This record gives sequence, C-alpha cells and structure tokens, in this order.
Amino acid sequence: MDFTRRDFIKSAALQSAVTTAAVLFPGISFGAWKNADSGAIEWKKTPCRFCGTGCGLLVGVSGDRAVAVKGDPNCTVNKGLCCVKGYHSVQILYGKDRVNKALVRKNGKLVETPLKEALDLVASKMQETIKSHGKDAVAMYGSGQWSITDGYVSSKLFKGCIGTNNLEANARLCMASAVTGFLTTFGLDEPMGCYDDLDHADVFITWGNNMAEMHPVLFSRMLANRKSKNNVTIIDLATRTTRTSQAADKSIIFNPQTDLAVANAICYEIIRNDWVNWDFVNKHVSFHKGKTNIGYGTQDHFKFKDKAETVDWETYKAFLADYTPEKVEKISGVPAKDIKYLAALFGDPDKKVVSYWCMGMNQHTRGTWINNLVYNCHLLVGKISQPGNGPFSLTGQPSACGTVREVGTLTHKLPHGVVMKEGARKMAAKIWDVPVENIDPKPTYHTVEMFRALDRGDIRFMWIQVTNPMVTMPNLNRYRNGAEKDGRFLVVSEIYPTPTYDVADVVLPSALWIEREGFFGNSERRTQHNDQIVPMPGDCMSNTWQIIEVARRMGFEKQFPWSEETYIEDIWNEYIQFHDTPKHRMAPYKELKANSGLQWPFVNGLETKWRYHAKYDPAAEGEDFDFYGKPDRRAWIWLRPYEPAAESPDSEYPLWLNTGRILEHWHTGSMTRRVPVLHRAAPEAYVEINPDDATRMGINSGNKVKVSSRRGSVIMKASINGRGRPPRGMVFVPFFDESYLINEVTLDAFCPISKQPDYKKCAVKLEKV
Amino acid sequence: MPVFSYLAYPVSGSKEQLLNDLAALDFCEVTPAENQAVLILVTDTPDEETEKKLQEKLKALKSLESLGMTFGHTDE
Repeated sequence: MDFTRRDFIKSAALQSAVTTAAVLFPGISFGAWKNADSGAIEWKKTPCRFCGTGCGLLVGVSGDRAVAVKGDPNCTVNKGLCCVKGYHSVQILYGKDRVNKALVRKNGKLVETPLKEALDLVASKMQETIKSHGKDAVAMYGSGQWSITDGYVSSKLFKGCIGTNNLEANARLCMASAVTGFLTTFGLDEPMGCYDDLDHADVFITWGNNMAEMHPVLFSRMLANRKSKNNVTIIDLATRTTRTSQAADKSIIFNPQTDLAVANAICYEIIRNDWVNWDFVNKHVSFHKGKTNIGYGTQDHFKFKDKAETVDWETYKAFLADYTPEKVEKISGVPAKDIKYLAALFGDPDKKVVSYWCMGMNQHTRGTWINNLVYNCHLLVGKISQPGNGPFSLTGQPSACGTVREVGTLTHKLPHGVVMKEGARKMAAKIWDVPVENIDPKPTYHTVEMFRALDRGDIRFMWIQVTNPMVTMPNLNRYRNGAEKDGRFLVVSEIYPTPTYDVADVVLPSALWIEREGFFGNSERRTQHNDQIVPMPGDCMSNTWQIIEVARRMGFEKQFPWSEETYIEDIWNEYIQFHDTPKHRMAPYKELKANSGLQWPFVNGLETKWRYHAKYDPAAEGEDFDFYGKPDRRAWIWLRPYEPAAESPDSEYPLWLNTGRILEHWHTGSMTRRVPVLHRAAPEAYVEINPDDATRMGINSGNKVKVSSRRGSVIMKASINGRGRPPRGMVFVPFFDESYLINEVTLDAFCPISKQPDYKKCAVKLEKV
Repeated sequence: MPVFSYLAYPVSGSKEQLLNDLAALDFCEVTPAENQAVLILVTDTPDEETEKKLQEKLKALKSLESLGMTFGHTDE
C-alpha cells in the first residue's frame, strides 16, 4: 500500500473528528470509518505536555518529524481520547519563531551567541552575584511543566550545592492551596483517589471548576458515566456560568469567596439531619481549629504561621451554628433549598460522591481553608478513599504534582520532607553527597515574595525555566518594573519569544518535551515517562542538561557526574531513593519506560489506586481506613470560618474581576497561539460581561471597553453571551493573550497559609472606550 | 495544501440531503454517523484559493446547520 504523508494527515484529521464526536456523543458509531494505519508512520508514547490530566498520547513520527497525534488506548487516563490541544500538541514544535540559538543581551539587544559562551556567562554571573551579594541573592523560578529531572537537578544545585532555598515554581500559583489543604487535613500531599472514581461515582460536584474546558477528557468520562447509568447527577457549583454549567444537571452560582460559607452550611445540614457516618467519624476523624482574621499578604515581608488547637465535637457543632442554610443564603446568594439539596446528596448513604476542583478553590485568599472545608463535607459522611467516593483536587499543569510537589521545588521543601527538619536535610545531604550544613534550614521566599525581593534588590540573579511570569504574576506592573531594574540579571530558558524573554539578559534555547527524554507526574499520582521522540532543533538543550552544564561550571562536577546518554535514567534512580517507603515508593525506570504511566505508591509491582484504606493501600494498617499521614492516624476536620476577599467591589470599582483559561489555549498562549487551528479558534482575549450589565452600560459584543483596577488597566473587546456568562456584577477575562495583560489589573493578595495568589477576585470598573 | 476535518451538523431532518450535498463537492470526503445527526467532513484542497472557494460553497449549503472544526493542517 502506497501511503503518503498527506494520506497520513488526512487519516489523522478523520481520526480527530471521530474522537471529538465520541466525546460529544458517547456511543456514536461510524460504520464507514476504518482506522487507517499503514505502518509508514512510527507511533511512540508520551504523556501530553499540557494540563494535569496526563493523557497518554501516541505521536506519529515520519523521518525526524512528528506529524500526528492520537490518544493512547493503553493509557487508563484517557483510553484513547484527546482534547483539541492534545491533538494539535506536536505542532508547537514547529512554530516559525522557535528559539533554537542562545541569545545574550548586548547594548540593549538580544544577540545570537554560541551556547557554550552563554552557559559560561550564566555560571560566572551567578558566582559573581553570590560573591558580591550572598547566596540568597540568586534564585531559580521553575514550573509545573518542568520534567521531573529538571526540578530535581535544580533542587540539588540550589539547595544542596549553592545552599540557598531561593527555589520556587509556578505551581505556587496553581496548586499550593491544594498542598496545604492536604497537609493540614491528612498530613500528606496529593489525592487519595484516582480517575477510576469517574466511572464509579453517582454524584459529581465541581467546585468552581470549569472541567468541560480545563479537563475536557476527564469531563467526557464523567458525561459517559452519566450516559451509561440512570442515576448520575452532576452539580456545577461556581461563580459564573460556563460550558460545565451547561452540561451539568444543576448549576448553582455563589457570590465570590462565599464557598467557605456554603461548605460549612452543607456540614451544618448533614449534622442537623443526622446524616453523619458516626462509625467513621468516631474512629477516623479529629477536630481542630486554627487562627482567624489571618490577613491577605499584600504587603512586603508578610508573615503568618497557623497554630492548630484540638477541639471536640460540640465545639465544632457550635461553630457551625453561624452557617445555617438561611444565613448562608444571605451571604452567598445560594438559595437555602439548594444548600439543603447538596447536603442531602452527601448525606444519602446510597450515593457515591466525588468533588472536583482546581483553580477556583486554590487561587483563593482562603485557599487552604476551602480545601479543608470540602474535605469536611466528605469526612462527616465517610465518603472518601473508596471507588467513587472522595474529594479530588485536579492539577492545572502536567507535572505540578510530579516535579513541584513530589520533588519539592518550593522554598521550604526537599525531595523528601521540608528544609526545617534535620532528618530531611540529612537524607538529602547523604543522597546528594554534600555537607549537611550546605542545606539552609530556613525557607526564604515564596513566589510572590521572590519577585518582590527581585524588585527590592534582595535578589539580583534569577533563572526562569518553562514559565512566563511576565504574563502570569498578579499585580504585574510592579514585578515587570522590578525585573527591568538596573543590577538585575535574568536568565530565561525558552522555546519562543515571550514577555519574559523580552526582559532576559540571557536566553537559553530549550528542548520541548518530546525532543528529550523525561517524566511528568499527573493529578492522580501517576508518573509518566517519555523517550526522546524527535531531534532537538539547533542548539536546543534539555532544561536538565542546561542546569548540569552550569552546575559543572560552578565547580559541582562531583554532584552532577552523569553522561548525556544515560543521565535521565541515572537521575531517576538517584531521585527515587527519597521516596523508598510504602507510602510513596516510585516505579522503577524500566517499568515506567514500558508502561503508559504508573501510580505511586508502587509497591511489589502494583500501583495504589486509593490511599488510606487497607483494602487498596499497602501502607494502611488495620481493617479499613487509616489516615497514617497524621500522628493521631485520623483525618482532621477544621473549623474554618467565612472571611471576605482581600478586595471587594465598592462604589469606585463596582465589579468583581475573575480570570482564567479557555479550552483552546494553554496558559499564556506562548505555544498554542502558534498553532494555526487553535489560534484561529480563539484569536484574542476578551472580557465577558453579564448581559444586563452590558445593556445598562450600553456595551455590545465586540465593543472596546477599558477594564481598570487600582493597579492597572487593559482595553479589550467585550463578549456578551459568549462561551461563559458571569453573573451581574462580575467580569471574566482569560489570560492567554499577551497583547492584553490582565495581570496588570489583578491583585497580589494570597492565602497566608499556602502563599498562593487569588486570581479570581479583585475589584474593577468598566468603561466603554 | 490545507487539510481540515469537521463535525458537520445538518439542518433538522436533512442528514441524508447533507450527505449527498457534501459528497457532491470536490475535495470533500464525508462519513455519516450511524446513530446521530452528525457527519464527519474531511477536506483536502490543493491551495488556499481553492480552500476559500470550497468554504464559500459550504456556506451556501442549505442542508448544513453548522460546522465544528476538529483538525487543521496547512503547510504554512
């Protein structure tokens, strides 16, 4: 059979349409369709490099070029499905303006420079900065899109060799509240459940989570479950109407920030109706309260430390008296009957309930608290750690879990434990072969404070990899001005020009994910390996190898001894020594290479699908539940009150601003806006306005409007009754378009416990231009 | 040399007509769903000019309610 590249593209086009149709119409059949596969193309497995779902892809390679993508049927995550970004993912390799040479700023302009010379400059500049300003004047800012080995070697270099805790990653902006939520309630990070829950649950509640656009493959599995059974209910509990609301059985809109009150009211109702699972609560739960009126972190050097106090059931019950459905209706705008309905779903012993959330709960000035409160709803009724029952925090990025949370690329973390613990420092020093005194026991700066330190001049050198903070930092004007100040030196490892590239002193050309071997770790504790599938263009280099090259130039050859042929495997084998217990054992390299992802704890050749239950989890003791992360081996119910947002609408700035992503574009659009199909589908950002507000202000779709806050303004087109519809008094702007920097408008307030900023709430005004 | 695929939605009750209309166009391959009112359309045109003309013809089809693109490739 003579099968040309063009035939192949047509086949991929057909296959893409079939798969999309299968997502939209579960059970659809195309009798005339035959899955053409000539053998002319070689298919190689990889995880997708976009969201945290971790879909398995098969990349079709012809010669040295990736020419097509299909879903990997062997990957249990997506079972052969993909979303529109996944199908077009390999096109991000081939943008016309791909960075494939090193660039150094000379006389104000970035000039092509031999890579060796650029790496020499990075190393010498870092050494010079340490010498003149101290070790805490240099920093690295990475990403939940880092491969696991990228994050691991950065931690080893900065924390183990240089001896500074100035290491952060953009997962601070997307997952930190989930982490502190897990740690405060369960003592260990990451979800207890897995995506199999999508097939088992009877009730799905999406808490401020537009899954239809942000995790479309998982959402399609949810819809398929509903289609295949008679009794599945999907509730969308959100602050604006989205595609998820449209597909849900019921859409409930709450006022921004009042999810705290709604969650407490659900618990109040569960108790009032005696729907509590007493056997579970008596054996497996304890009650605690922390500090209140905890601030918002908007000032430099903000400090906060929570203090847990154990309380009893009666104290918890008395605390909830402030959260009757009727009282909460007044705060939240959610009718009391809807709160009672939600509580009844949790309280029905015959219904399995899963909660899903992502940025709506995490990008929240009380992000840790709302994570705790959703756990409370599940813990009161014992709906957790079993198939179809559980709270599940979805991840935004492909390796926010694998690289940032598990490797610990945050200021307070090490690959196992935290820098404050002597045992964790000793373990790291032994594995890294560095003196234990090298590892500083004091955390330095979380992400917002790190960029404030750059602005103040406390940090002088920053190396940024796989992220675009000059689009994503809240209150962006301050941080861009800070980065551009004299005496700052920025290294940016990039694949395309971006606003962050624009402020760089050195640009290092990075390899994209399938141009190098690597690992990601997804939302459900699944580690996924990919081989190098296509060659790197020009002088591109993996981020891992860039760090190794600089480390060696700084004199750390002993700690970075690996060869280019085997370094990924060698680093993996070193890294997994940190997690060698039944609570977190990682799969061996060979197993990961052979499979489309494996879930940890990986014990005796088996994955762990549900944690904290002896039936499924090899680390759990006893007959059933065992919350072994906490010293009392119980999950902690927290008394967390409703407290208002850092900034609310007022007479001068009368509207809420909410920001987020859309289906077609990944984060700041630096990759997906270079894919013609995705760009054409959503060519520019816009501001969604409620139709009533728009009518009142005389604004029509397409009119230009100015969105202003106390920090900045953006002029952009209005969208009315578009893909999303905010309630009256709110506008929504996606952040994928660097031409409209909405983060010049947002506020850099954060959760005092997680230090994660709130991108969902600040006060703005609108003016027709 | 653009290649695109779409989900083609017929005007209510016009699935067979839309199948015939699309099948009659040059550069079009159409695959109907057996159990839903939707068809898959794959277009393969030799150049941008032909693509534009085809788009005009598609827009003029009375049996076609809407097209949803699922894949696109151009040799840009």
